[in-house]
Amino acid sequence: MHLTEDDLVLHYYGEMTGADEARATGHLTACASCQASYTQLQRVLAIVDTAPAVDAPTGFERIAWARLEAALPARRRGWLSWFVLSPARLAWAAALVVLVAAAFFAGRLLPRPAAPVTTASTAAEKVRERILLVDLGDHLDRTQMVLVELVSADEGTGPVDISTEQARAQQLLAANRLYRQTAVSTGDTAMASVLDDLERVLVDVAASPSPVSQADFDAVRRRIESKGLLFKVRIVSSEVRERQRAAVQQQKGI
Amino acid sequence: MPHTDAAAVALARDGDSEAFRALVERHSRAVYRLAHRMTGSPQDAEDVVQETFLRAYRQLGRFESRANFSTWLHRIAVNCSIDLIRSRHHRETSHDAADLEFADAANDERTEHSPERLMLSTEVQDRVNTAMASLSRMERAAFVLRHFEGLSIDEICQALGMKANAAKHSIFRAVRKMRVALEPFVES
Ligand SMILES: [Zn+2]
Repeated sequence: MHLTEDDLVLHYYGEMTGADEARATGHLTACASCQASYTQLQRVLAIVDTAPAVDAPTGFERIAWARLEAALPARRRGWLSWFVLSPARLAWAAALVVLVAAAFFAGRLLPRPAAPVTTASTAAEKVRERILLVDLGDHLDRTQMVLVELVSADEGTGPVDISTEQARAQQLLAANRLYRQTAVSTGDTAMASVLDDLERVLVDVAASPSPVSQADFDAVRRRIESKGLLFKVRIVSSEVRERQRAAVQQQKGI
Repeated sequence: MPHTDAAAVALARDGDSEAFRALVERHSRAVYRLAHRMTGSPQDAEDVVQETFLRAYRQLGRFESRANFSTWLHRIAVNCSIDLIRSRHHRETSHDAADLEFADAANDERTEHSPERLMLSTEVQDRVNTAMASLSRMERAAFVLRHFEGLSIDEICQALGMKANAAKHSIFRAVRKMRVALEPFVES
């Protein structure tokens, strides 16, 4: 009996067990037709080997590092230098996000009580939620501003100086990452996905050389435009503002 | 910048982030290539690179200084790719329709190409990549682990959390697709 196509594959990868392997080897030496099929298989799989793997885009090492640096455990980087070098606002935002965001996002998933409950702890939670909404809304606005500046910059031919946008992207990156992680861990996938897209663009911007070549600059712009990122940010931003307004009204008992 | 990987690892272990940066700059491209081959997606490959280096960073203390850093990192990258593929697997949709279209395209080309032209390489490489892109996520992962990474089918079953025969049949399907796509390129 001839060997099947699948038998030949198993034989090729050395996956046949003792008796089957002996039968296959014996048959291949005796049967010209199966031997021809096997040679054909060997040639096909040899071609697969010759195709080079897809390479990372130019400057990938820089982007990989910029993304990683923001994610490495802070203790190893030295928390003191991080604190001193970063704007106080960022440190504050990071600490606040860690403490409050989980409660906020988790709160969204739970049904709201029908009537306001006036215990001290829920009042405190509401205040925290409002602070976070303000902060998240603010973060989204500032990120949006950076993106708008990049997309609307004049078309040129030479290198572009984006050092201002870079400095701001770098600052926004750490806060963005914390928001995203919180959104992921609390199952807010829509928010997490927008923040993830933002993070990739912020990393690109932060990691670009400055002045950046026109080609690299166009690549960053294309990335922003191709994902409809500005539109998405506007949507979530206005949603956050809406929630903020609702929280204020609830607080006032309107 | 430290000259050898071993020196960079020693410094990075003591919290020298510049030394770790050197390791990232030296090896991230290779990790990307592996991850892209495994996942077939640039975004997934970027995520695997990120996760691989984060894991490596956390496990630096366990790295044996006599071992080869790129081999060690490669193993972490394979595991990260597997984890990502498994986590995305439940979103997998049926590829049957795409498979049929692809097979038709392959048959068309079989008649179109003369043997002399076929051996010219960029076209062949494009064809391999198109064929790879036609594999489902699990077919691709199982095939890459068997063909490029040299894992046994049993190991692949375990790694990808597949049932006993599923990995084997994923590989059979993948090889069949490679044959359909590439047989016009080999003389019979
Ligand atoms: Zn035979």
